Amino acid sequence: MTIGLTHYLGVAAILFVTGVFGIFLNRKNIIIILMSIELMLLAVNINFVAFSTHLGDIGGQVFTLFVLTVAAAEAAIGLAILVCFHRNRGTIAVEDVNMMKG
Amino acid sequence: MIQVLAFYLFAITAVVSGVMVVFSRNPVHSVLWLILAFFSAAGLFVMMGAEFLAMLLMIVYVGAVAVLFLFVVMMLDIDFAALRGRVAEYLPIGLAIGLVLIMQLSFGFLAWQEVDAVRPADELSRGVGNANQLGMVIYTKYVYAFQVAGLILLVAMIGAIVLTLRHRDGVKKQNVLEQVWRDPKEAVVMRDVKPGGSL
Repeated sequence: MTIGLTHYLGVAAILFVTGVFGIFLNRKNIIIILMSIELMLLAVNINFVAFSTHLGDIGGQVFTLFVLTVAAAEAAIGLAILVCFHRNRGTIAVEDVNMMKG
Repeated sequence: MIQVLAFYLFAITAVVSGVMVVFSRNPVHSVLWLILAFFSAAGLFVMMGAEFLAMLLMIVYVGAVAVLFLFVVMMLDIDFAALRGRVAEYLPIGLAIGLVLIMQLSFGFLAWQEVDAVRPADELSRGVGNANQLGMVIYTKYVYAFQVAGLILLVAMIGAIVLTLRHRDGVKKQNVLEQVWRDPKEAVVMRDVKPGGSL
């Protein structure tokens, strides 16, 4: 028995679904939602690298690099917004975030 | 054999810690599980021959992003118990969507066929290390995308600083400009004080 593409895709699929499930389950806690998004991006990265290895094309790994960059930027900005919001309102409950409602 | 064993070790650790991120009651524990998930994903990356990205995952995620999360979770004074609750209410819809999603993913993979026209591996990058291979393409073929990635990081850095910077009154700060502009001629003044008098 050898480990092939299917196995890696299976792990990635399970991780992705776990991320989506986490958003639904913890929809009041924005920190866990951000962590779930990180999990989903990790699953996408595993998919990219698995196909990159399978097809023998380095392009997949290059795009994993870019996904990593964007994920880091997203986490930094998201947490900065969170800190800013907590400073102004004293809460981070998602349902209280309706200040910008038109 | 050892490869199969290592794969299942990393894969099961990754999946279990991913599940624990979602289900953990304490957000600090969630962050720690997230770190474990990234560690095992890095192990999977190494097994797939992407050593450079594995190390990058370690540095960027475990070293920076996870610590950032940990800082925010510990810094903000939040009653996390109040943010929980009503889990049972969202469980059915979450499970339904998860089921549909995993069906979509598996059907997508089952229907996928490798086309014959898949490009062969770059002849350029045969027989060199993984970091070397990446270095050969990111500065040539993907140079604009690489520049844009740098720009995104710059914008994120400036944005995070601008969002969280706060000027408070009553805090004494160093004014570099004023210090540089000081002139010895104006800074020292000779006064002639008369005996018994004052300034």
